[in-house]
Amino acid sequence: MTSPGRAHIEARTLREDRWWLQPLTTFVVFSAFVVYATVRAFMGRDYYASPYLSPFYSPCLGDCVEGASDFGQPFGWWPLSAALIILIFPLGFRMTCYYYRKSYYRAFWLSPPACGVAEPHSAYSGETRFPLVLQNVHRYFWYAAVLVGLVLTYDVLLAFRPMPAEYAVGDGETSGVHMGLGTLLMIANVVFIWLYTLSCHSCRHVVGGRLRHFSKHPVRYRLWTWVSRLNTSHGRWAWYSLFSVALVDLYVFLLATGTIQDVRFF
Amino acid sequence: MSYTLKLRIWRGDKDGGAVEDFPVEVSEGEVVLDAIHRVQATQAGDLAVRWNCKAGKCGSCSAEVNGRPRLMCMCRLSDFEEDETITVTPMRTFPVIRDLVTDVSFNYEKAKELPSFAPPPRDADGKRRMAQVDVERGQEFRKCIECFLCQNVCHVVRDHEDNKEAFAGPRFFLRYAELDMHPLDTHDRRELAQGAAGLGMCNITKCCTEVCPEGIHITDNAIIPMKERVVDKKFDPLVWLGNKIGIRNKDNDGRTEV
Ligand code: SF4
Ligand code: SF4
Ligand code: FES
Ligand code: FES
Repeated sequence: MTSPGRAHIEARTLREDRWWLQPLTTFVVFSAFVVYATVRAFMGRDYYASPYLSPFYSPCLGDCVEGASDFGQPFGWWPLSAALIILIFPLGFRMTCYYYRKSYYRAFWLSPPACGVAEPHSAYSGETRFPLVLQNVHRYFWYAAVLVGLVLTYDVLLAFRPMPAEYAVGDGETSGVHMGLGTLLMIANVVFIWLYTLSCHSCRHVVGGRLRHFSKHPVRYRLWTWVSRLNTSHGRWAWYSLFSVALVDLYVFLLATGTIQDVRFF
Repeated sequence: MSYTLKLRIWRGDKDGGAVEDFPVEVSEGEVVLDAIHRVQATQAGDLAVRWNCKAGKCGSCSAEVNGRPRLMCMCRLSDFEEDETITVTPMRTFPVIRDLVTDVSFNYEKAKELPSFAPPPRDADGKRRMAQVDVERGQEFRKCIECFLCQNVCHVVRDHEDNKEAFAGPRFFLRYAELDMHPLDTHDRRELAQGAAGLGMCNITKCCTEVCPEGIHITDNAIIPMKERVVDKKFDPLVWLGNKIGIRNKDNDGRTEV
């Protein structure tokens, strides 16, 4: 900023607006989420309140409570919380996401904190070296994220299952299809998860962005235009899905600990 | 309705300078460049400022207004309170020549390093053909007016003079992307973009997009797609395998590396 030859101006920035507000908000909200998610992932309990399974624990492949494992328990020997087995996939997906990268480079690494505000670091090599060069694996996490999305969609279907007998308020309430506030929250969550996953830049590349001749691939061109439209709001889906995942987990936690009762519609 | 604007302008050259006060009479509907011109006409005849079209199309009047990279001719005074102080400085990433005028030759050097469009031989009737959808794809990138505000705001060079050599900057990533998406181009510039042009130095923090007066989605539509294309070429073993055993489509055929 003050290199020889440039206009000599001491100030790190001459911006007078509240440029620090956005990185600060990001910092606070992300940190809160990370703390919450870490606590919940390590707890290893209160993640299942039939028929709802917390998204942090889905698929539940470890030594999970009865009814939570719909895909078997291949990691039944795993001594720690079952969330930790699958955590790497959503975590890796979001950590390497182009939108989240922008957000945390700005809010946590201050590189740069905001546009036209000098960063505090004296050297900078971007994403050219280890470990940041690994951001380039993002598309592999996207492949995994599609599978996770399918599993979460399946969970939503399961959330329509009848409730167990002890939740029944009146006679016959446990039989047949059920829907409660939990089901609704899970539907909202899975919608945001899909919007987030399908608006991904790697998805945009894979479906058609990598082509040089749109004209020779009309179907892929059409798909690309759809993904491109979603992609313009990718950041919004990133936030919404972050909140919805935490909310569904919190709801399941409150049910499982008996703090609240599920609101049942039918 | 006219009022006295509390205008401050950086004056000086490469040996030093400072922000000076120039209270000036302005009227509603004017832009920062009008105020600068009035200062030049009435108070400081030797004030150096570069401009041309006054319509946001030539890209000459780039500067920083209250620390934000702007075209002075497109920066409305009505966006500020009447009692607000407005500070105008030259772009801080390039060497200053005098007052608000900077030496932007860095950008022309970078332009020279970029191999230009290399079309294939013409069709038998002497023409070259491109489908409309393929033509449309690159139009956004062609709106660039070369104001170099994106180059100026990019922290990779703004905050690190030593990166200038290894980094072409967002305006040229735009060009790399445009050519890489061009169905008629015969060069493969992906290695070059990642290597000599320093695409990997960009951490997609989007300041270039934020300041672009043409509203080009530099990061989303050029830099990130270009990064994904580089991954195809350099980092993705499945793509490599797919090419080896011939199950990937031949969309990249006919291109040679530069
Ligand atoms: S997105 Fe990349 S090129 Fe654009 S300003 Fe940020 S670091 Fe520079
Ligand atoms: S891309 Fe936008 S900001 Fe950059 S030089 Fe072109 S018009 Fe200016
Ligand atoms: S998930 Fe954000 S870019 Fe892929
Ligand atoms: S004078 Fe031409 S862009 Fe401002």
